Amino acid sequence: MEAASAIITSQVDAPAQDRALVYRTRLPVRIWHWVNAITIFAMLMSGATIFNAHPRLYWGKYGATFETPWLEIGRQGQQGFLRLGSLQIDTTGFLGLTEHSTRAFPPLVTIPNYYSLAEGRQWHFFFAWVLVLSIVVFVIYAIFSRHLSHDLSLSREERKLSHLWHDIKEHARLRFPTGEAAKAYNPLQKIAYLGVIFVLIPLVVLTGMTMSPMLNAAFPWMLDIFGGRQSARSIHFLCATGFLAFIFIHLLMVLLAGPINELRSIITGWYRLPAARKDRA
Amino acid sequence: MTIITRRTALVGASGLLLAGCEKITGSPTVRKVLTLGEKATLSGQRLVTDRNALAPEFSRADISPKFRMNGNRMPASTEYQAHMANAFADWKLEIGGKVARPFSLSLAQLKAAPQRTQITRHDCVEGWSAIGEWTGVPLALLLRQAQVSPSVQYIVFHCADDFSGTPYYESIDMIDALHPQTILAHTMNRQPLPVGHGAPIRLRVERALGYKQAKYVMKIEAVETLAGLHGGGGGYWEDHSGYQWFAGI
Repeated sequence: MEAASAIITSQVDAPAQDRALVYRTRLPVRIWHWVNAITIFAMLMSGATIFNAHPRLYWGKYGATFETPWLEIGRQGQQGFLRLGSLQIDTTGFLGLTEHSTRAFPPLVTIPNYYSLAEGRQWHFFFAWVLVLSIVVFVIYAIFSRHLSHDLSLSREERKLSHLWHDIKEHARLRFPTGEAAKAYNPLQKIAYLGVIFVLIPLVVLTGMTMSPMLNAAFPWMLDIFGGRQSARSIHFLCATGFLAFIFIHLLMVLLAGPINELRSIITGWYRLPAARKDRA
Repeated sequence: MTIITRRTALVGASGLLLAGCEKITGSPTVRKVLTLGEKATLSGQRLVTDRNALAPEFSRADISPKFRMNGNRMPASTEYQAHMANAFADWKLEIGGKVARPFSLSLAQLKAAPQRTQITRHDCVEGWSAIGEWTGVPLALLLRQAQVSPSVQYIVFHCADDFSGTPYYESIDMIDALHPQTILAHTMNRQPLPVGHGAPIRLRVERALGYKQAKYVMKIEAVETLAGLHGGGGGYWEDHSGYQWFAGI
């Protein structure tokens, strides 16, 4: 953490007025970002309510109380636990058993903040529509505005393994691009965004649809793709975990790269280019 | 001391946050807006699903070794207890409401009617699934025989079980009612339907979640509207826990 703050300090060292304020994030991208941010949180939290109804995950076509789950969050006496295969982790106070709840996910992270499967489902399926419609509109916009080809696609140079490896090392050292290079997304950032837009969101939507008995009649092949309804449910949950991981890293990067500047750019579009680091100057 | 202060602050902050959340989730306007999602899901799913598209059917190898029971497992009414003691020999299924020819059928008559057998997956709203083999009479056959009035919108299933005195009931629309896999099952996994699973008959409506699969069906009623029937929500869970009437997802 100390190294991180040292770098941030060195980045904001130069007088702010000396550094250019650039228009980096266009309005539709900003709108989608915030709609999507609210949607993902609503989906994760109402999804936690739905998971609480049966906090066990299985692989295959069926799975209920008599089958062995590969993941379970529960409670044994005065102990909350998360069981992953044969590995049992004590989660008392966080999952399975907290001061105020005996459910898998505590009320602080669920919508609504009490157990109601019906209300959780109502929130989940409302925001599912928002998620689907906004990603469709965003992808169409991204293609036609060239946001996809200009900002998100990796250049031939960036796709080289040596380049990616260099970028990974720079990230690990918390050295982020400065000056002109900061106008564009960096390769790892591009991969993370592309992963959310073209892998995580489609996968979470498709596995969600595969859990619908009505849509199983319309598109039975979806069950074959995911290996059955319970497998689809497990993959759906893993996608949710993927979103959680993305949000954690995303927010961490915002904090490390300068939260005020980053927030300004995702609200107003304007971004102040970070000064070149002293060690390079 | 600092720890306590920080802890108190945290509890206070999360309390405020929770109060804010409760204000949003409890707001009647918010609840009304959220029902738009349910309406969109019903219309969207009906749009992309052919009315006769079949729910996936499985092989005997796929059948769950143990099929979990849910809801009531033993209706408490003396009437049902008497039927059960008598092996449902005097039990009759009533078919009525807005029909030209109301009639009733004994279990033996139901078993003598044309049958359909299907191995299908039962999906509980809670998330679990179980696969079982069901044999029964297609509901469409009975409705055709009763000559349902053209103004009928829903078929209601009145059941013998209750929750603290409130009877269980469910309803489906005509698309699901006339669907070829919608049957009144009297046989499960090639055995007479066990009491825990809804003896003597339970509804199987294979493109819907578990709470639509009414057990202990006593009476089938064709209606024009669900208003005025019990809580008006079209089912026990719809009335009492706010479950969505459309159970396609």
